[in-house]
Amino acid sequence: MSIEQKDHILGFLEKGIRFDGRKLDEYRPITVERGFSENAEGSARVTIGDTEVLAGVKMSIMEPYSDTPDEGTMMINAELLPLSNPDFEPGPPGIQSIEIARVVDRGIRESKAIDTKKLCLKKGEKVWSITVDICPINDDGNLFDASALAVLAALQDAKFPSYDGTVIDYKKKTKESLPLKKLPVSCTVIKIGNHFIVDPTNEEEKKVDSRLTVEVEENGTLCALQKGGDKPLTAEDIDKMVGIGIEKSKELKKFL
Amino acid sequence: MGYTKRNDGRKFDETRPIEAKAGIIKRADGSAYFKMGKTVAYAAVYGPREIHPKFLQNPTKGKLRCYYNMMPFSSVGDRVRPGANRRAKEIAMVTEKALLPVVDLGKFPNSVIDVFIELPQTDAGTRCAGICAASIALADAGILMNDMVAAVSIGRVDDKLVVDLDYSEESYEGGTVADIPIAVISRTGEISLLQMDGNLSREDLKKAVEMAKKSCIKIDKIQRDALKNKYEVKK
Amino acid sequence: MGKLLVEDKTIVTPGEELAEGMDFLPAEGTFRDKDKIISSGLGLVNVNGRVIKTISVSGRYIPKSGDTIIAKVTNILMSGWILDIGSAYSAVLSVKEAKDFIRRDADLTRYYNIGDYIITDIIMVTSQRLVDASMKGPGMRKLIGGRIINVNCHKVPRIIGKKGSMVSMIKNATDCSIIVGQNGVIWINGSPENEIIVVKTIKKIEQEAHISGLTDRIKAFLEKETNKKINIERVE
Repeated sequence: MSIEQKDHILGFLEKGIRFDGRKLDEYRPITVERGFSENAEGSARVTIGDTEVLAGVKMSIMEPYSDTPDEGTMMINAELLPLSNPDFEPGPPGIQSIEIARVVDRGIRESKAIDTKKLCLKKGEKVWSITVDICPINDDGNLFDASALAVLAALQDAKFPSYDGTVIDYKKKTKESLPLKKLPVSCTVIKIGNHFIVDPTNEEEKKVDSRLTVEVEENGTLCALQKGGDKPLTAEDIDKMVGIGIEKSKELKKFL
Repeated sequence: MGYTKRNDGRKFDETRPIEAKAGIIKRADGSAYFKMGKTVAYAAVYGPREIHPKFLQNPTKGKLRCYYNMMPFSSVGDRVRPGANRRAKEIAMVTEKALLPVVDLGKFPNSVIDVFIELPQTDAGTRCAGICAASIALADAGILMNDMVAAVSIGRVDDKLVVDLDYSEESYEGGTVADIPIAVISRTGEISLLQMDGNLSREDLKKAVEMAKKSCIKIDKIQRDALKNKYEVKK
Repeated sequence: MGKLLVEDKTIVTPGEELAEGMDFLPAEGTFRDKDKIISSGLGLVNVNGRVIKTISVSGRYIPKSGDTIIAKVTNILMSGWILDIGSAYSAVLSVKEAKDFIRRDADLTRYYNIGDYIITDIIMVTSQRLVDASMKGPGMRKLIGGRIINVNCHKVPRIIGKKGSMVSMIKNATDCSIIVGQNGVIWINGSPENEIIVVKTIKKIEQEAHISGLTDRIKAFLEKETNKKINIERVE
């Protein structure tokens, strides 16, 4: 990008507005729809502006890991589908999708949002295994926050399938929800020049100097952080961005 | 005994309820949503665009590339492991062949049209739903096409031929089953996809093809209405 | 001896029968199959006497000789620049077609660098889809600053308006420079608040282009957004 193009964006940001007219700390309209899928154990569709992401929960029973014999397992997976963005290529998950999956996973894991002990059926032998898959349908920026929101909403929506001790009957859902204790919310803050913005569109993401994804529990405790982008951040930057993240997480929490 | 009544109460020549929308993925050049009963398919078209790597370029005609994928949470039961497997690759190939006759590749040499089909929910008939969605998406992308393609799975369940097989019929255990996905080119009635899985007599195949052609006329109207609804000129 | 099967100015889909009988002549976007005229894509039907054609409403830009477009420099060679013009095909701007005379050993990046946006003309499109560009025409230049938006290239005529009347109205109301490329790439430069009004207005035209009374609606929209009264010169 040329210097003049960069200056032009900075001219906007200095006046407190962005190319689409939003304020620097304003999110686009958000919608959260739970249970769009009849086949998944839990599902959610989230839109942030034109960005649309689907998340689905699948459960199965397996042997626990040897170091946690009385705990169930959880895994978050993301596939940046080429359907959603002309720049995504088909094939195994690239580093971008791996990063989104791992960052969302960390937020849920570190906050102990799911009480994995309650997923245990028989210690050392059988535990519930939860997998959440993230599939974007349209990428217009901020897949991080849209994915995190979709995963949480899908987990909220999820119900255990019937299990008679030997076979799982996926067609019969019980009324039992997942043991979800906390809802860690994700807010990605971007730095462009000396300005901080949230919820970047695809166009804004191309101009990012650095970004910080902040995942926050209800009481303001941070449960995951991820810095991205090519430029470094100062200590003051980080503190400011974390502050913005905590503020915004309160708004996002309302959707869950 | 025979298959006297369909599991969901449909008539033998009735498709499941169908819903189709065009232009629902903004970043794509063309896109569509196609729902047939519980089977849901998204299709996104990107192109014509530059083809990479360069050695794949053909100076006389363009390329049509199809991709088919079921999302991990799309089936009842076990999670579908992500990644292109052999079944997906075969379906992608027959999808491409089903659409090829209506697209004029000569109009875009040295470039490619990529068609991505993703299914968030499946209940049999996925390749047919994918082809129906892809046809709408290609038209939505302004690709030069001399016609459109519709597809439906005809099944033989025990002694009856039925239209739009669902999963419960595909896995029917009271007798033998045949699953016959068929794609029909709208104006000419020619067949661009034909596969069969199971046991079938020659006479039944003839009947199945006629049933598919009839059903595809109805499906074709739904596809075209989806396009017109998006671009409707309001007076 | 001929029958029209669809209404003029309606949307038709690929393979749809438009007319019957040998009286009608198939033009752009249509073809003849025996005694029927068929649509060869999604488009708006246009009947002019006996000539039937369809006008594209969607799809990427297809380069045409004579078009003035906004292109982005993606690569620099010894002999010139490679441009992204928003279609499947890149265009080539050779050194001798640049705006000013350039010496043989000059550093081309000092004229147009990778990532720069330029206004350029398409001067040739071969059957192999090789596209040549030239900046010798009037008004050709590198675009400094400003911002770029992309619109459906089929809506460009409505955005420009008859003899430029629509885009002029927007320019005057917002004090912004606006350049509209035939390829659907638009450059806007002005104050942040006004640029946002321009973008909103253009998006509105894109969405409502097919609804009659567009000019008056856009005029009302601009007056509301800018709090200024607008005088339109009716262009016949």
